[in-house]
Amino acid sequence: MRLLAGINRTVVVSGGILLAVTLASMVLPWLSPNDFATQDLDQRLAEPAARAMHWFGTDNVGRDLLVRSMQGIRVTLLVAIVASLVSLVIGVAWGAVAGYVGGRVDAFMMRAVDGLYAVPFLFFVILLMVVFDNSFLLIFVAIGAINWLDMARIVRGQTLSLREREFVKAARLMGVSTSGIILRHIAPNLLGVVIVYLTLTIPQAILVESFLSFLGLGVQEPSTSLGSLVDDGMQYVGTASWLILFPAALLAIILMCFNFLGDGLRDQLDVRQQE
Amino acid sequence: MAQYVLRRLLAAIPTLFVVIAVAFMLIRFTPGGPFDEERVVPPDVERALIEAYNLDDPLVVQFFDYLGGLVRGDLGPSFRFEGRVGDLIVAALPYSLTIGLLAMLLALSVGIAVGSWAAIRKNSLLDRVVMAFAMTGISIPIFVIAPLLVLVFAVRLGWLPAAWSSSGGTAWLVLPVLALALPQIAYIARMTRASMIDVLASGYIRTARAQGLTTAEILRYHALKPAMLPVLSYLGPAIAAILTGSIVIETIFAIPGLGQLFVSGADARDYTLVLGVVAFYATLVMALNLVVDILYGFLDPRIRYR
Amino acid sequence: MTLLSVTDLSVRFSDALAVDGLSLQIESGEALGLVGESGSGKTQTALALMGLSPSNAIVTGSVRIDGNEIIDVDESAIRPLRAVRVGMVFQDPADALNPCLRIGDQLARILISHGLADAAAARRSAIEALARVGLPDPERQSRAWPHQLSGGMRQRAMIAAALIAKPDLLIADEPTTALDVTVQAQILALLDDIREDTALLLITHDMGVVAGHCQRMIVLDGGKPVEEGPVEAVYSAPEHPRTQALLAATRLKAAPPPLTDSVPALQAEQTTVAYGRRNRLEAVKSADLVVNIGETVAIVGESGCGKSTLAAALTGLVVPEAGRVVFMGQPLAADITDRPAAVRKGMQLIFQDPAGSLNPQMRVRDIVAEPLRVHAPGLSTTERRASVSAALADMGLDEQLEDRFPHELSGGQAQRVAIARALVLEPQVMVCDEAVAALDGTVRERILDALQAVQKKTGLSIVFISHDLGVVRAISHRVAVMYLGSFVEVGETSALFDAPRHPYTKALLDAVPIADPAAERPMVILGGEVPSPLSPPAGCAFHPRCAYAVDRCRSEEPEQRDVGGRQVACHRSEELEL
Ligand SMILES: Nc1ncnc2c1ncn2[C@@H]1O[C@H](COP(=O)(O)OP(=O)(O)OP(=O)(O)O)[C@@H](O)[C@H]1O
Ligand code: SF4
Ligand SMILES: [Mg+2]
Repeated sequence: MRLLAGINRTVVVSGGILLAVTLASMVLPWLSPNDFATQDLDQRLAEPAARAMHWFGTDNVGRDLLVRSMQGIRVTLLVAIVASLVSLVIGVAWGAVAGYVGGRVDAFMMRAVDGLYAVPFLFFVILLMVVFDNSFLLIFVAIGAINWLDMARIVRGQTLSLREREFVKAARLMGVSTSGIILRHIAPNLLGVVIVYLTLTIPQAILVESFLSFLGLGVQEPSTSLGSLVDDGMQYVGTASWLILFPAALLAIILMCFNFLGDGLRDQLDVRQQE
Repeated sequence: MAQYVLRRLLAAIPTLFVVIAVAFMLIRFTPGGPFDEERVVPPDVERALIEAYNLDDPLVVQFFDYLGGLVRGDLGPSFRFEGRVGDLIVAALPYSLTIGLLAMLLALSVGIAVGSWAAIRKNSLLDRVVMAFAMTGISIPIFVIAPLLVLVFAVRLGWLPAAWSSSGGTAWLVLPVLALALPQIAYIARMTRASMIDVLASGYIRTARAQGLTTAEILRYHALKPAMLPVLSYLGPAIAAILTGSIVIETIFAIPGLGQLFVSGADARDYTLVLGVVAFYATLVMALNLVVDILYGFLDPRIRYR
Repeated sequence: MTLLSVTDLSVRFSDALAVDGLSLQIESGEALGLVGESGSGKTQTALALMGLSPSNAIVTGSVRIDGNEIIDVDESAIRPLRAVRVGMVFQDPADALNPCLRIGDQLARILISHGLADAAAARRSAIEALARVGLPDPERQSRAWPHQLSGGMRQRAMIAAALIAKPDLLIADEPTTALDVTVQAQILALLDDIREDTALLLITHDMGVVAGHCQRMIVLDGGKPVEEGPVEAVYSAPEHPRTQALLAATRLKAAPPPLTDSVPALQAEQTTVAYGRRNRLEAVKSADLVVNIGETVAIVGESGCGKSTLAAALTGLVVPEAGRVVFMGQPLAADITDRPAAVRKGMQLIFQDPAGSLNPQMRVRDIVAEPLRVHAPGLSTTERRASVSAALADMGLDEQLEDRFPHELSGGQAQRVAIARALVLEPQVMVCDEAVAALDGTVRERILDALQAVQKKTGLSIVFISHDLGVVRAISHRVAVMYLGSFVEVGETSALFDAPRHPYTKALLDAVPIADPAAERPMVILGGEVPSPLSPPAGCAFHPRCAYAVDRCRSEEPEQRDVGGRQVACHRSEELEL
């Protein structure tokens, strides 16, 4: 894939860290003697120590924070990626159709997007969470439903300008069929932008998920996510600060890596487009 | 121009209608009515209550009753709390308004200043450091920043109060406003820097230099306005972010504002209260977006209102 | 008095030497021309003279403005000299004015910044300055936003800005390159007018521009001054090959002789194209055009007159409101998608922007092969490869380019790939919309030669849209002159160039700079600008700018008539001595 040719350092480093964190979240719980749900009341609020592999310490019911954090990462990433894919599918389909068909269809579809922009969505999500009793699946849908608007706008803008680009006109003149134009000329040129915005949508989704979890509306015990862990840790800010520091730090690192990755990829794409 | 504003206002009405309708239906499909938990209410009292609130009318009738009230500025009585929803919102609003406005002002002034400053010193060490901080800022969720601020400034250093208290003063404002503003400062600084760098590389800045204007004049007179355009279009999302952020902040700092009202209303399944707050927020966001769009037209003469 | 004195100026970048040992002097009241191809270091010279070199440039040597050294001194020492001693005009007027500030305010700011006037006085001076450069209604225009002005008006405003602080010297870097010939002539005349109080350093790639307007000139090549002297001497006996090449580029070539037999390949009949519903704009009005087999027909006219729109209508990219297109005797569907494959194969379009017309994600080989996949799916891979290589070779491109992506090509190479892609189908008609406008002199020559060679070999018909009358004369058999969407004169090239029959054709030809310092220049320069096509003037659309307009022209629209073997739309074409 050409997008990977001559990658800049930001992309390599942030991508590498993300890969490492993801691997760790899968491997560490398996290596550790501890389990994310098992409570050990003798070991409540133990400080981080190598003993018994409680490297991140334990929580108020004696569960190992390292394993719980890894579990949290998995849930957080899963939610974010699935939600982003939902927003990707809706956003790309909506945007590409509006952009390629153009005219009144475009005007109508984009009017709808503009309207939705003005809606304070998070309040609806909170409402949904309350109504449907914190369904895990609903988190994906809710987050995806918020994030597709940006994707739709970007894809539509790109499609619109690609359609007017001269190489697309040239292809029409040559007699290339509509499907050929979309497949060979529009889609490959959309791909870069979509990948870049996908990497920027994921941290957004993580933020929303952890925000909901923090409000106690997200993942349910004993499963957990980084947001829930931060929420739990809040109560011990003054007394057992590791309970908030470790998950918060992991959350920040993951978010930062995604942001850097998206930024780096975007820079790369910009350079290519300028050339 | 006036026509444009009028058209936008008219276009907002159907959107608002849909928002309220959806919220109304959602609330009504909630399993569990407002009085479910407390079964202590004797049946005849419950009957009276349901009648008082017209809960046995058909949904559509209830909805239009509610809309009628809305138009008259009456958001109905609260199910769970003393008083009417309108009064509850009015009582909570000053708190939210204060921290929201202060956070927005702080974010704009600091973000624009820092961003422009970094752009002028593009690629210097300081620029890199500032931008690394900004990247950190947009990557740390607000509910992580807030406890950390509490940990440092309230728990360890003891300089500032960790929560709102009715005894007044303004010191309680500092941490919530700071927590709310920090991510926005970071966003706005990054955005300002990027657009300022673009603007500074443009032909008319070169012209201005060839005309012998000083760097300060060029920045203030030529660069600031065009560089602010992308920042201005971010204001809409920024307002939304501050509104939702205030839910968390008001919870963490125990501030009796709109965010907390919303959360406790949602917890208690207080139909009218939650509906009222959502309707209020939706109106607010739409109104602010309109203001932003109009401001944009003032800054960018190429936009013409149609 | 010596206003500007430059000794041994060099501007170095990490990977290139942009200016290499330039020395020059400008005395008060003098006009010096600095000429060179694109990339020869002209703009870097201009910037260095004002202390505006980019931060990654290393500037050595000496530049003195009125005796003040500006190399290696603090910016604060140069600042008072800018605008007050030396004013500057840049190439692209679209980019040189701040889009968010009113014209008058931008001008006034210069005086305020230098402490030359208070706000009220500066505003008055701004209006005066705008009046002096011939901007109509300066009072109102001073309150206009840049986007409300046409390119020519913006360039006038830029000159007003450069002159407002009454400098002794004006540096103009390609001040007319982005403009139409007619507007270029106006701006050059303006530069002549202001010479009473101001010396001029005129930087350009066009030897024609220097000829009538400078006394001395310097030719730059690869950053080095290669020839210098009085303009007359350099033109009459150019010594350096670069000077000779630049001069050759401006020399009008003889037009190809008219074709002996004419079989129409492509015809537009009464074609009308309109844009917009509420604000209806007729971009092309009842246009008739015939292109014969093996013939090149040029369409010329000022920017916005509807040339590209007609090209799009011919090729089916826009659907005309009225009229029809006939291809090889067969009437065509208006929309491209309804046209049969043979037609889509037989008619190709080349665009102005070479980079934009190639898909950035495809290799050159696949780009050129794509039309074959569509129209000759039966070809084997080897056959297809052979055709691709042959088409590229026809355009003088190496096989090793086939693996490249478009961003790895130069502008000239990219345009040749685009032409190869069109030629691989062996079309009967090719429409070139400003196909060589973005290219440099020598590259342009080569592409035109290659096109002409193909035409000789295959009998290709070419519709050649261009604003460059020199190129048009060199390659086209016939010329069609367009004004506000209508053809005002159509005829054989050399006859039309030698004796135009329509006042607008005459004005266009007169506006072309003559690369001969001794030549007599026309006294009348076409004034004003193209009116808005949204509200075209009544009667003859050209009448507000026509020096020969009479009452009848203001009310009655002239029909196209045959005047001495030429199609002309002017009431007075028989009687006028043009
Ligand atoms: N898509 C469009 N919508 C509305 N107006 C248009 C459109 N395209 C062109 N025009 C207008 O139609 C007229 C003719 O435009 P066209 O691009 O054909 O001019 P041109 O002669 O090719 O100019 P140039 O020399 O600058 O390329 C202009 O007034 C232009 O503003
Ligand atoms: S018709 Fe009249 S106005 Fe038009 S070109 Fe001829 S003389 Fe001029
Ligand atoms: Mg054109």
